[in-house]
Amino acid sequence: MSKRKLKETSSANGECISQVQRILRERFCHHCTTGKLFGIDQQYKHLLELLKRTTLHGESNSALIIGPRGSGKTTLLNHVLKELMEIKQIRENLLKVHLNGLLQTNDKVALKEITRQLHLENVVGDKVFGSFAENLVFLLEALRKGDRTSSCPVLFVLDEFDLFVHHKNQTLLYNLFDISQSAQTPVTVIGLTCRQDVLELLEKRVKSRFSHRQIYLMNSFDFKQYIKIFKEQLSLPAEFPDEAFAQKWNNNIQHLSEDKTVQDLLQNLFHHSKDIRSLHLLLMLALRNVTVHHPLVAVADLLEASKQRSVDSQANIVHGLSVLETCLIIAMKHLNDVYEGEPFNFQMVYNEFQKFIQRKAHCMYNFEKPVVMKAFEHLLQLELVKPVERPTVRAQKEYLLMKLLLDNNQIMDALQAYPNCPTDVKQWATSSLSWL
Amino acid sequence: MNTRQQSKRIYAWFGRPTSSDRKLRTLQYKGFLIKSERSQTETCIQIGEFVLVEGENADRPFVAQLLDLYEDGAQQKHAIVQWFSHITEVPQNKRKLLKREIPRQEVFFDQVSGYDTDIAVETIIKSVTVIPLHPGETLPIVLNTEQTFYVKQSWDGKCFKPLSPDTFSKLKEANKKRGDSPKFLPKSPLYPLDVICALEEETERVVQSVTKNKDVEMEIESKHSASKSSVSKERHSRRIANGMKTPTARKKLQLNSPTKSPQSKLSGQDVLELLDDCGAASEPSATKRKVKFTGILGSPPKMSCRNDEPKSKFGSAECEQSLSDTIRLSPYIKARDSSKEEKNLHMKEDSICLIGHQKVGSVSPVLTPRSHRKCALRTSARIAEQISLLNILEAEKEEDFLPSSDASYSSSEEEENEVLYTPKRNSKSRRLFSTPKSSRKSSVHTPAKTPKKTPLPTTPKTPRNATPEIPKRSHVAQKPANILEEARLRLHVSAVPESLPCREEEFQDIYNFVESKLIDGTGGCMYISGVPGTGKTATVHEVIRCLQQAAENDELPSFQFIEINGMKLTDPHQAYVQILEFLTGQKVTATHAATLLSKLFCTPGPKRKTTVLMVDELDLLWTRKQNVMYNLFDWPTQKHSKLIILAIANTMDLPERIMMNRVASRLGLTRMSFQPYTYKQLQQIISSRLSNMKAFEEDAIQLVSRKVAALSGDARRCLDICRRATEICEFASQKNTSRVVRMAHITEAIDEMFSSPYINAIRSASLHEQVFLKAILAEFRRAGVEEATLQQVYHQHVALCRIEGMQSPTVSEIMAVCSRLGACRLLLVESSNKYLHMRVRLNISQDDVMYALKDE
Repeated sequence: MSKRKLKETSSANGECISQVQRILRERFCHHCTTGKLFGIDQQYKHLLELLKRTTLHGESNSALIIGPRGSGKTTLLNHVLKELMEIKQIRENLLKVHLNGLLQTNDKVALKEITRQLHLENVVGDKVFGSFAENLVFLLEALRKGDRTSSCPVLFVLDEFDLFVHHKNQTLLYNLFDISQSAQTPVTVIGLTCRQDVLELLEKRVKSRFSHRQIYLMNSFDFKQYIKIFKEQLSLPAEFPDEAFAQKWNNNIQHLSEDKTVQDLLQNLFHHSKDIRSLHLLLMLALRNVTVHHPLVAVADLLEASKQRSVDSQANIVHGLSVLETCLIIAMKHLNDVYEGEPFNFQMVYNEFQKFIQRKAHCMYNFEKPVVMKAFEHLLQLELVKPVERPTVRAQKEYLLMKLLLDNNQIMDALQAYPNCPTDVKQWATSSLSWL
Repeated sequence: MNTRQQSKRIYAWFGRPTSSDRKLRTLQYKGFLIKSERSQTETCIQIGEFVLVEGENADRPFVAQLLDLYEDGAQQKHAIVQWFSHITEVPQNKRKLLKREIPRQEVFFDQVSGYDTDIAVETIIKSVTVIPLHPGETLPIVLNTEQTFYVKQSWDGKCFKPLSPDTFSKLKEANKKRGDSPKFLPKSPLYPLDVICALEEETERVVQSVTKNKDVEMEIESKHSASKSSVSKERHSRRIANGMKTPTARKKLQLNSPTKSPQSKLSGQDVLELLDDCGAASEPSATKRKVKFTGILGSPPKMSCRNDEPKSKFGSAECEQSLSDTIRLSPYIKARDSSKEEKNLHMKEDSICLIGHQKVGSVSPVLTPRSHRKCALRTSARIAEQISLLNILEAEKEEDFLPSSDASYSSSEEEENEVLYTPKRNSKSRRLFSTPKSSRKSSVHTPAKTPKKTPLPTTPKTPRNATPEIPKRSHVAQKPANILEEARLRLHVSAVPESLPCREEEFQDIYNFVESKLIDGTGGCMYISGVPGTGKTATVHEVIRCLQQAAENDELPSFQFIEINGMKLTDPHQAYVQILEFLTGQKVTATHAATLLSKLFCTPGPKRKTTVLMVDELDLLWTRKQNVMYNLFDWPTQKHSKLIILAIANTMDLPERIMMNRVASRLGLTRMSFQPYTYKQLQQIISSRLSNMKAFEEDAIQLVSRKVAALSGDARRCLDICRRATEICEFASQKNTSRVVRMAHITEAIDEMFSSPYINAIRSASLHEQVFLKAILAEFRRAGVEEATLQQVYHQHVALCRIEGMQSPTVSEIMAVCSRLGACRLLLVESSNKYLHMRVRLNISQDDVMYALKDE
């Protein structure tokens, strides 16, 4: 093969690779808006029917979509809305109001936002003026005037529903649910939350007005489906411009999904979390390695990504510490062993360290106390140790009670991987009996 | 705030008691005096005269004729009156019986039986004129809407009838008498000074006569435009209002820009000058005067005129002091009136700030010699700029003047344009003097041609008259297609059933309570409690509906119904605002509303309808001082309040639990408690809603009712379950054709709604999450405490992983698992900054966790 031809193929490849990167990254990052749904057909149908009835028949409803984070609540709602919007009759009729508990932190803000999104007549430009009371009266009046057959149905989507529960008197929720249970403008209130106990948070009057429709999303698929999801997420769509490349890529993905190592790796991930987002994270890390020279995802890429994902963050910090600081951590570990996790102070750590130095004076330089203190403070800054109570002005720093935020296992693991660790130190770490 | 109410008035009898009733211990009088502390004047009002009586809406006092005056044993001054009704007091649906526009000044001879004709004298404001007219007659030229009313027909609560000849002559008689009777008594009371009182009247008339030429013109216009569109009518009447309001408007000009306007000298001299002016130009105004004097038929106008003029010219006459006093008096009173109105209307300010131009334009020509007209216009324009703020108020007042108060937004906009247009203004001023009839037509049509929108340089403001409305849907809502959809529609909580089954007793109790209070014309409280979903609010609404129907059929005195809901208020004190807005349409602040309301309910208010107030979610009106609750329950105990309160809350012992003694005591002991529905009642509710539709199996209905009755007795829940069951049925029956909701569907719906989500959540959790829960259980068992730090759980977790031969997770992964479980609230966790030392607890029972994990 001539050099020129190689260049051509590589440039063609480069085009493909950038396409692949774009398509897959979009898929991984904007899952909420474009992603696919897995194994929630029933919930999908339930929600679709519910919203259809609201828009076509003008029936008021309320429902909660409950599921752990990353289980596809927003995705589900987006899919349903997308399908609804394809029906002309619904597209022209439905008014949507999106609220988020993280943004609308109290009812006053929420009301203004609702009024703004509904484009009621007291909206000036893009702003709503007037007092809280006025706005509430205005909005309630507006919604009361409507009736089932003639008013435009309104869909309220309350994201992070559990945060609305903490608003004063739950006024907003009461009123929304009350409207949904009385002959006023047809509304449907959809709450999205990850809290399973959300119903218990509702006040009894609010709870009575809520229709108790709950749609649960549970990630209830098994590992086989998980592999399928993995495959689907990585596969290129049929409409990819370079068909040959897409074919090659998809074949590779098929091979990957049948590979034992990859399956183990995915199994491990699946055991940790069924969340699709964690899978996306892993695939993102793997996708990063795909270049012109390395056009296909290899097993090694996935392995490395998996390793990166599962790495312990605290142990990572320990790797970067100086020997003195490591010694202090070992001293603390011993103190923890002796005193069974009771808090310690700097003086105790220093004494422990001194004992070690006296025994093994030949391998460690005997640092002065201020230097050791400085090292200790560095650990404090890294939050490897944490004061039990807030430091006061009067208390001397040497005697401030501290706790170690590392587990013994973590320390030992970190020391194993620590580069150029003096053997004496390693020995000292393993033998908990310091006087030997 | 009403300045009149602030300034104290003293009421005293005029003369000696004419007769006395020993038995009843009443003393009858033939008149009384109103002494105003601020203006130091006294007015005498005698039997037979027409008076204004304070109503709940300060802008709209009632009109009545004094029939009798007496003092009872308790030294309370009473008056027996014959009422006259404003068109606004006639129910909306009866108004169309009239088949004609009712001007503001027209009142109806009131023969409605329900009203109390015995009022306290203290509620009388001042005397007015009521002139009877034959049905065919048109209203004469109006000079002062505040002072003069016309009566053509009588109103007996059902229909309008022409005045009987008897009544007509009586009213005429009363007018004649009034013309002779003394009115104002400066300084020395109980001493009728005929001369001075006549003088006063004359002064007033002369002041009015200044505006007369315009008024005549208005009248012509009104005749001319009788066939015009309603918009033009509205505007026309507004213009008339302008004309009538002139004295007030001038006063305002003076108050606001004393240096700018050359013609504004705030003194009695001004009036005197005008008097002179008028006297000099008495010929042209002769005809007008005739019209004007229809109000005071009996009094000889010429004499008083003669009385007036020499005196004002002499200036050193004996009566000079008292005269100038009187002369000053009338504008002063008016200014007070206007300021009162201003304040009342302050809240409802409108965006049309330019109407004032028009008003000024129409005012200034009157006050300046004709040759200076143009200059005056210019000055007035300048003044207008300065008083734009005031204009807003005036514009509002204008609007209030209209009989049809719903002056639409567009018409007011037109007005604005019209005034902005300078040539337009010229044409108007021309109209004012030369009165070319044709110009009227053009003036009606031009505004439509002028550009619709004039850009306002001001910052955007919330449109005040924005109508709260959700857009209409563009497609018709679908009708229910099959039996299940029909059933679903009927089972929706919002569907209003024809009757409320199973609440007959409670319905009857509340009905009887309210009915008896209505008939007695007294007030009272009732406290209604019950858990959510037991039909409290629905029953009260039903009661009110029935009562309103009865009132419409004249079986009961009519009443007004107000509803407030604690949950729909942003603050307990907003309750006052809402009540006041319902009652009078005023929008004021909470504290102001409270004072107005307490005044309304605590002072003897004549001719007031009974008010039924429903307070839902009463417990949310709780404040630390409990003043809202206190006031609410205190008003019904007032003698004249005629307020019936139906308070609704969830807890039976609310009065004892959260109310202070004085509040609870005022609430009284009329209590009613709604028991949760039993299963039979729920069954009946569902069946009655379904009404012979074969959508549900009998057993299925029974199952739902029994389940819900056992849980809460909440009818809403019951209906929701049924509704969900129809959906499930529909969903399932796509294969087999049976379209009846069976037990299985109900069971599924109940499971869906009430099954604990935790078990499912645990079962569908990932393996490590489950192991983590197991590790927590193990740690709890080991430590014997239901709380553990993450570190301890971690050790257990690692141990468990070793047993099961799994790869043990790192601390970071454990942290992630823990936070995921914490977000679902399967676990309760501390804030994560404690890292390994954060404490973990289970949010569900250990048995549940074990049960969920065992089945795997």
